[in-house]
Amino acid sequence: MTADADVKVNATGTAAGREAEEAARFHTLLAAFEGQPAATGGQGKDAVNEPMIRHWCEAMGDANPAYTGPDAIAPPTMLQAWTMGGLSGHAARSSAYDELLGFLDGAGFTSVVATDCEQEYLHPLRPGDVITFDAVIESVSPRKTTKLGTGHFVTTRMDVQADGELAGTHRFRILKYAPAARPVKRPPAQRPRPVINRDNQGFWDGVREHRLLIQRCTACSTLRFPWLPGCNACASPDWDTVEASGAGTVFSYVVMHHPPFPAFDPPYAVALVELAEGVRMISNITGVPYDKVRIGLPVQLEFLRVDDGLELPVFRGSEG
Amino acid sequence: MNVGDTLPPLEIPVTRTLIVAGAIASRDYQDVHHDAALAQEKGSPDIFMNILTTNGLVGRYVTDRLGPRTVLRKVAIRLGAPNYPGDTMILTGTITAVSGTTVEIRVVGANGIGHHVSGSVTAEVPA
Repeated sequence: MTADADVKVNATGTAAGREAEEAARFHTLLAAFEGQPAATGGQGKDAVNEPMIRHWCEAMGDANPAYTGPDAIAPPTMLQAWTMGGLSGHAARSSAYDELLGFLDGAGFTSVVATDCEQEYLHPLRPGDVITFDAVIESVSPRKTTKLGTGHFVTTRMDVQADGELAGTHRFRILKYAPAARPVKRPPAQRPRPVINRDNQGFWDGVREHRLLIQRCTACSTLRFPWLPGCNACASPDWDTVEASGAGTVFSYVVMHHPPFPAFDPPYAVALVELAEGVRMISNITGVPYDKVRIGLPVQLEFLRVDDGLELPVFRGSEG
Repeated sequence: MNVGDTLPPLEIPVTRTLIVAGAIASRDYQDVHHDAALAQEKGSPDIFMNILTTNGLVGRYVTDRLGPRTVLRKVAIRLGAPNYPGDTMILTGTITAVSGTTVEIRVVGANGIGHHVSGSVTAEVPA
């Protein structure tokens, strides 16, 4: 068996090998269902009938005259529809099939998608035909990894009888799988909020009024940025502010490629801008592609409305 | 009709109505074929067409193109890229075998994201 071969190849004592061994053991369990009935003595909920044929043709946009009138046949591709349990379910489904699906559900392969349908039509179905069916579990595949996720293909083969006579066969394959993890949809990330405290409150008050305020020590007149409680030059705690003219140049910069942070769209330039007043601040450069930012680039202050709750001072560069 | 002949394509607008009407007409009440919220919970971006509808459309395509006297003998399909609402599926067919009145047609249904269906249909086409 393929599954045994897989074990020999992978049984190296590694985690992957143990996982393959476990998958093969599980498949052996599933393969025991091959050949067992999936449905026995199933009865179509309705005899073949004109209204269901008409609804089908309307849905499919099929105007084939063979499906209407006194000699109407049912569209052959309706074969499976006559065997469907609908909302009230399948009474005929075998315990073996339920058990097989139960094993798969229990192992985490809870999702299902139909992948293949092969039908042969021996006799056309006509209104009034009473439908019965029997189905067998034909095969259960070893574990497969697909785009949807990892799981097992389960193939059933059904004989469909009309008034007791074989009218068609229907082979159906489903994939029972554990959905591949998808990135959870989150609301668009917001840029981080500034932490505003009594030491920098004045700066953010200024931003709100579209003024870029620089602290100035009232003892020694040294300008400082970012805002701090005391002077780095003379240690005085006393200060006032001057409003930046808005002119500056790029003193240095980096281009962020990786890692990506929520609300930022790499690559982007992060610049250390030297203001005309002499202090430097970190900000974004607008108006210039990230790869055109250069040391010495003249920039001009502007205020960027990021979202309803955030406005930031940034610097617009002019290209060339 | 000769091997290699192609059938004129058939364009199927994949509307939400078609998906739901096809699912109900085929008595397939799986929620992923009519309930977008539950389909999303199961990892699908939207509801998608069920295999019975695809099967019906493939059958319709062949009898539309070869005429109402065509008798379908076998339809075998495999699904790939799902048919989501708003997409368009274009069915195309190529004759792959002819033997007396029996023809075999390779059918492909392509949508905006890939091949939704590929399969083969065997049909009797009375002379």
